[in-house]
Amino acid sequence: MNPNSEIYNLRVNGKMHEVRDSWVGESLLYVLRERLNLPGTKGACEQGECGSCTVIMDGQAVCSCLVMAATAIDSDICTVESLSVDGTLTEVQDAFVTEGGVQCGFCTPGLVVAIEHLLSQNPDPSEIEVKEAISGNICRCTGYGRIFEAVDKAVSIRKAKTS
Amino acid sequence: MVEINFNHRKPTDVIALRRLDELKSVHIDAKKSLVTIGAGLPYQQMEHGEIAQYIPALAQAARTVGSPQIRSAGSIGGNLGTCSPAGDALPVLSALDATVNLQSADASRSVSVHDFMVGVKRNARLPGEIIVSTTLPIVSGWQGYAKVGVRNAMVISVASCCLVVDRTNGTITVALGAVGPTIIRCRETESWLASQIDLKTKATVSPNLLQEFGDRIANESKPIDDHRSTAAYRRHAVCVLARRLLTRANSQ
Amino acid sequence: MSSATQTSIRRDVLGTSALRPDGAAKVQGRFEFSSDLHAENMLWGATLRSPHPYARIVNIDLSAAYKITGVEAVITAEDVPGKKTYGLISSDQPVFAQDFVRYVGEPIAAVAADHPETCRRALAAIKVEYEVLTPLTDAELAIQPTTPPIHPDGNIIRRQQIITGDQALQSEIIVEGTYEVGMQDQAFLGLEAALALPESGGKGIEMYVATQWLHEDQKQIAACLDLPCEKVRLTLGGVGGAFGAREDISLQVHCALLALRTSRPIKMQYGREESFYGHVHRHPAKIFIRHHASRNGEIQRIEAKLVFDGGAYASTSSAVLINGITHIQGPYRCPNATIDGYAVRTNNPPCGAMRGFGVVQACYAHESQMDKLAVACGLSPVEIRLRNAMVTGDKLITGQVIESVAPVARCIRETDAIAMPAPLSRTADPLEIVGGSGLTSLPHNIVRGVGWGVSIKNLMYSETFDDFATARCQLKDGVATLKYATVEVGQGFVVLAPQIARSVLGVDEVVLDTVDTGIGSAGSTSASRQTWMSGGAVDGACRLVRQRLFEHVGKKYNIDPLRLTIEDTDVVDMIGDFRISVTEATAGVLIDETYEHHHRPTEELDENGQGNCHVAFAFVAHRAVVDVDVELGLVKVIQIATAQDVGRVLNPTAALGQIEGGIAQGLGLAVMEEIVLDNGKMRNPSFTDYLLPTALDAPTVVAVMIEEPEPQAPLGAKGIGEPPCISVTPAIAAAIRNATGKELPRVPIRPQDICF
Repeated sequence: MNPNSEIYNLRVNGKMHEVRDSWVGESLLYVLRERLNLPGTKGACEQGECGSCTVIMDGQAVCSCLVMAATAIDSDICTVESLSVDGTLTEVQDAFVTEGGVQCGFCTPGLVVAIEHLLSQNPDPSEIEVKEAISGNICRCTGYGRIFEAVDKAVSIRKAKTS
Repeated sequence: MVEINFNHRKPTDVIALRRLDELKSVHIDAKKSLVTIGAGLPYQQMEHGEIAQYIPALAQAARTVGSPQIRSAGSIGGNLGTCSPAGDALPVLSALDATVNLQSADASRSVSVHDFMVGVKRNARLPGEIIVSTTLPIVSGWQGYAKVGVRNAMVISVASCCLVVDRTNGTITVALGAVGPTIIRCRETESWLASQIDLKTKATVSPNLLQEFGDRIANESKPIDDHRSTAAYRRHAVCVLARRLLTRANSQ
Repeated sequence: MSSATQTSIRRDVLGTSALRPDGAAKVQGRFEFSSDLHAENMLWGATLRSPHPYARIVNIDLSAAYKITGVEAVITAEDVPGKKTYGLISSDQPVFAQDFVRYVGEPIAAVAADHPETCRRALAAIKVEYEVLTPLTDAELAIQPTTPPIHPDGNIIRRQQIITGDQALQSEIIVEGTYEVGMQDQAFLGLEAALALPESGGKGIEMYVATQWLHEDQKQIAACLDLPCEKVRLTLGGVGGAFGAREDISLQVHCALLALRTSRPIKMQYGREESFYGHVHRHPAKIFIRHHASRNGEIQRIEAKLVFDGGAYASTSSAVLINGITHIQGPYRCPNATIDGYAVRTNNPPCGAMRGFGVVQACYAHESQMDKLAVACGLSPVEIRLRNAMVTGDKLITGQVIESVAPVARCIRETDAIAMPAPLSRTADPLEIVGGSGLTSLPHNIVRGVGWGVSIKNLMYSETFDDFATARCQLKDGVATLKYATVEVGQGFVVLAPQIARSVLGVDEVVLDTVDTGIGSAGSTSASRQTWMSGGAVDGACRLVRQRLFEHVGKKYNIDPLRLTIEDTDVVDMIGDFRISVTEATAGVLIDETYEHHHRPTEELDENGQGNCHVAFAFVAHRAVVDVDVELGLVKVIQIATAQDVGRVLNPTAALGQIEGGIAQGLGLAVMEEIVLDNGKMRNPSFTDYLLPTALDAPTVVAVMIEEPEPQAPLGAKGIGEPPCISVTPAIAAAIRNATGKELPRVPIRPQDICF
């Protein structure tokens, strides 16, 4: 593959990563997975219609399949890999496991990122606010019931911790 | 980016506008009652705050765009650049007679949104121009937006409608999305309704008038059959949406 | 007499909501799906597909592709060393099209290159000359003998009749209808991907695949590669959902061929659009059905003609048809039947397994009919169903006696007992109203409707197929290690298997060995069979180990093994005082047993459709509450109430997850999911226009699990995966009919179907 762009740097999960020999059309999703060894973010549609590729970019939840990686320099990117430190699950992650919010798990990273983002902006969301916040994350296995339970549980635990 | 992912477009040189704050700005000109919205302002930021206050129909339309992730990144510039007749914000721009502000290396110009939207995915942007912003008036009166989709979230519009009542001037504007090659302004129906009732007041519209209003709106639409819906349904949908929006306009 | 106090430590045994062992990895993004796998020195593979639904291949010119820098291999049918075709039932599907292409998307060639972009350029450089032919896209036309065959095997994949009882009976009440079910797609999120690692010398291959059945893949791949099965070693890569779409081979043979050709590892993966083209779909079906009933609503006879459009290649169409026709009576008594069923070949996209497997289509027809019958007899939807509800001992129209537990009436009654949802509030949030943020509707535009659906579903494979499952259990130092080839697609076998071991052996720590072809077949993860079959195999292996454990302990401590039992984590003498922990009893001792679980044999159907062709059955009832904006034809499903015959709940959270997930898929088929075809071409192979239910479309689900243990089932538990998606679809349709008064003979129901 002929290099088609200059070397550029991306700040991902607090670290600078160098990207070289890339093709200019590569999405951020592709670069994260195939060049930066961060395969936690998943791709299921390449169109922004499923949310599996959700990452946080400059404090906003976006679909990384719709971001041209080379334009994301100077942005702060956080992926699912940044959530659990030393393998300790966040309350959201733990609740997903305990409440049955995970079946095949393909939508899970995108969902967890979207929910962590929601709760960082709105720690006590209503049922409707939760549903709207994850309306861009498709899950084909669970029918969402256990996912709603997981969010409820995470919210309760966090509220208990902060009170 | 979708086109690149799908191998339909192969860029070799790209200029990214992401970091230009000017493209994300909102400017309110209180004296002229105008709002200028940067072409790169994410939809999410239109759902609340100043834009929701001054242009509620745009806030409503913004909330229907894609998903929260899409709304974090998608913008009016995207809707204008793509110029699909199903673009969610476009009926609002049309109903408000927005202007599109363009900039090239040596010149800038403003074009009425009606002249900017030329056809299906075709606009009047010249090579070398970027869409900088769009300017919309602050109107005194009710405005609202409604969009039909087959699912309760994240849908491409099957039919949409924006209705704006200008109580100061006694006029009404109605714009339709996804029922023609570009956004349709129902000018004939607008002038017909203005001749039937006094739009400066919130008078109840009689059932007969409401019925005829909807039929006239439907007659001005030019929908097609496609894999998302049928022409007959779309015509019916805009009729219903227009009636409901007019009822809401007069019921507060 | 044992004097030990019961420990109050909660152990993750059967009946508890034990946690998935892969859950922590999945929530951190560390779980490796097959698309996450890489190998040193690997190349990427990609497939060239037909743009035509039916055409003769005149010429294939690969030369320009070879000239592109980075391209290492270009292969076509000529490069398939072994069998040129494959298939689950009949091998009628070419690895690469040779003389004809028969569906849009049919593979013609594949390339291997250094970057996916190079692959795309290489594919674009291959020039194929076609003689475009007129596609056969009408399933009814495919039945006509005058229609030219589009395949050497002919246009009728299978025809089967069921002739039972009085063929001339006419009843006082007769209702009929023609019902259609559109083409649904499994749309699993974890896109197809595989990694193939060739053995040096090219005499063997190792592959990581995401499939539903490792051994079936192995068999088909080996035949095409002209290698013995032992030289095709498959390991399960993480699977991101399946729902039937992974039963058929998709990219496996292509990936393997490229690896053997280049002598380098090959990674292949599909994007979403290619995925739509690359796997089978649910059979669209057209079903004419006529019910004869007595005045008081008792079904006396059914006549039906079922036509399933199998698309270009046979896949499992034959079995899908049999499921459809043998379930057309529904969970109701029916003494007389005249059924004619066809699975046909067309140039539409190939169809095969999808959750429900032919019964979804039949159920839509029979449940729509039950409501018509109710009206004709002056009964409520609940009464008509209760009046005809099957019990154990009743016969199917095939003559097979239902020996399974059959709590049909109980399913209906317990569903009926579930509280209705609160009415839509006048001040409801827009997102709670039909149309959501689209602000189309206000509460006064909404009409609420209620509808019912009840279903029967067979479990395991049928018509003499011995879909056995194998498992191996090793016990040492208080740790059990399980080995099996059972594919985990998300359904939760990875949590069930350890629960079984804990319950049987009294261990807490259970290690799951790699899932690969290094052990005997587990059969397919489909047909609601793995809990019964693989669960039975694990249970059987653990019991063998436990027996040996008792013999070992008995010998060492001079106790008759028959007196020994497992209590909590101890081996205990039921009559004496002896007690020893399993850990201590197995210190330094390895016990190793392998077990094959077979279900009882089944029969073929004779020419009159008579025979005991199924193993066992499960039942379920659904009640749907929907809100409809009648003027705009928009629907929001508010609540699904269900009571499902599960036999025994082995893991409550996992079971509820299967129920809720299945309901979402049935909801999709009812109101939004359809592959739209235009003369054989898919109009909507993308998530923009193939719509899946989002979180804002999900109804409240209230589920009751009816536990009447199934004596035939090794753990007393029936399969639960499919029933939730079957009768929910007609229940939703019935609710929309209730709200609108429209006949709605077709699903998915679109706004225009309601408005006009």
